Amino acid sequence: MDINSNKITNLKDAVHQYVTPGCHLSIGGFTINRNPMAAVYEIIRQEIKDIHLYAHSNGQGVDELVGAGCIARLEIAYGGTGKFMSTCIRFRKAVEEKKIQIEDYSNYQMTLRFLAGSMGIPFLPTRSSLGTDIIHKWGLSRELRQDTPKVPDQKLVVLDNPFGNWCDTKRVVLVPAINPDVTIIHVQQADYRGNCRIDGLTFADVEQAKAAKVLIITCEDLLDDDYLKNDPDRNQIPFIHADAVVHIPYGAYPTACFGCYDYDPVYLKEYSRMAKEDILFQTYLDNNIYKKNSHRDLLNSVGRERLENIMADKNRGYAKKLDRR
Amino acid sequence: MEYTLKEMMTLVAAREIRNNDIVFCGTGISMLAAMAAKNINAPQSVIFFETGAIDSKLEDLPLAVADSRIMYQSSSNAGLLEAFATMQNQITGAHIVGILGAAQIDIYGNLNSTVIGDYDEPDVRFSGSGGACDVASFVSRTIIFMTQEKRKFKTRLDYLTSPGYLDGPGARKKAGLPGGGPDKVVTNMGVMAFDDVTCQMYLKGYYPGITPENILENMEFHIDISRASEVLPPTPEELTLLRETCDPQRLIL
Repeated sequence: MDINSNKITNLKDAVHQYVTPGCHLSIGGFTINRNPMAAVYEIIRQEIKDIHLYAHSNGQGVDELVGAGCIARLEIAYGGTGKFMSTCIRFRKAVEEKKIQIEDYSNYQMTLRFLAGSMGIPFLPTRSSLGTDIIHKWGLSRELRQDTPKVPDQKLVVLDNPFGNWCDTKRVVLVPAINPDVTIIHVQQADYRGNCRIDGLTFADVEQAKAAKVLIITCEDLLDDDYLKNDPDRNQIPFIHADAVVHIPYGAYPTACFGCYDYDPVYLKEYSRMAKEDILFQTYLDNNIYKKNSHRDLLNSVGRERLENIMADKNRGYAKKLDRR
Repeated sequence: MEYTLKEMMTLVAAREIRNNDIVFCGTGISMLAAMAAKNINAPQSVIFFETGAIDSKLEDLPLAVADSRIMYQSSSNAGLLEAFATMQNQITGAHIVGILGAAQIDIYGNLNSTVIGDYDEPDVRFSGSGGACDVASFVSRTIIFMTQEKRKFKTRLDYLTSPGYLDGPGARKKAGLPGGGPDKVVTNMGVMAFDDVTCQMYLKGYYPGITPENILENMEFHIDISRASEVLPPTPEELTLLRETCDPQRLIL
């Protein structure tokens, strides 16, 4: 692709072209904030299976992808969304029923793995997890790792500090780089070439975006000119990383998007109620995803009133008066 | 003034936080404890989130560490890399107090938040480490919330997610971890601390109406109770600030 080209496309085509069965995927956001939910729902709608998913604490999006049967392998730090699901419900079921293979890391380790991928190096060191079962217990076996070219031979490696006791550090843990086939993020603003502006916390979106072979961006505001270049200090991801840009207002819904809208407590509570039972969850998938043609369809069925309730206060970035009980 | 056990736990943990502490907190009761400390006994403490926000205004109680409420009027909004680096950095890490919770704890304060049963054939799967292992590995001291139950205070953990003192004196250093480790365990019945020499948990305090024996009955392993005394109940001032300022919508309480 010509990196300077206009990358504006629609979600159906972007997902169909890049998110293929068996691909290695990562999604942006954290627990109940800025998950690329419209894209997650489109992946589910297109019934793309056997995905190898990399997550730190991506929460809602991970649980829905796992629940819909799209995920074969999951490397993750945290399967939860805070108050709404202390442990993600479909994630928990899938692991207990051995429907997915899982590998556990910590949040910092997963973030470093994306960073290493974005830097073009095979691993990065940390002091996190020395002496714990994150080091000792492997979800993906040595055999599987050796037989799978896209997965490193080892989960991680403990190394004595080659600089002696420099920085008062006796040994470190090396975590392997991740270069996902595809990363999908949702941002507040993007332009036609794929320059991105994220308001609020970036989580690990920037590292995930820059580590990926293909980057799909969904955005609240799409600019068809070079307006974002007028204030470049506020842009986190330059267009050279981008492959597809899709305009989807409320594209993180039902998770929050700072400065635009809050999470929808009604949706998230209803989700966790329905996720608890297989039959109810199938109804959820049918009604909210399969029977909808697009994210717009889902938003229409949620209705104007609920979307107005979660609209962010201009100065606070969230909905101050939202009833979250 | 009447109070609930959850209020007691929150306030007991909050009392452990001092001015100038940088407090790492997760979701739920740990976030409420950090907010309570800031509003009651340690107004100069600083709340800090693994997602990258520091000194957030917290006008409203966040329901997750990625809640947009932590992004409003923080000192800086960054990301996970910056947050965990701040903890791993020994200059800043020395000032950080982590508040954690878990499904299981052992006598050395090691925590399990990953599985019950075998890792490959789990009976129950939990969320996993998140940032807990990173925090427990890096920071100078941690406060741990637990429910006082035999199945949670285990002789042997099913999975060691977050390091406490590992298998005893010197073990953190031997493994390559920085110093630090668990400082207090706050439960619905009392408070435990860790012996300077043996690194083992001992009973420091029990709540009004609870005896040290009640606490021992709700643990799989035995701990020293000879140093325990009754914990002061919440004051009316503490309760009022907790209820009216920290969680008026009763989202956690």
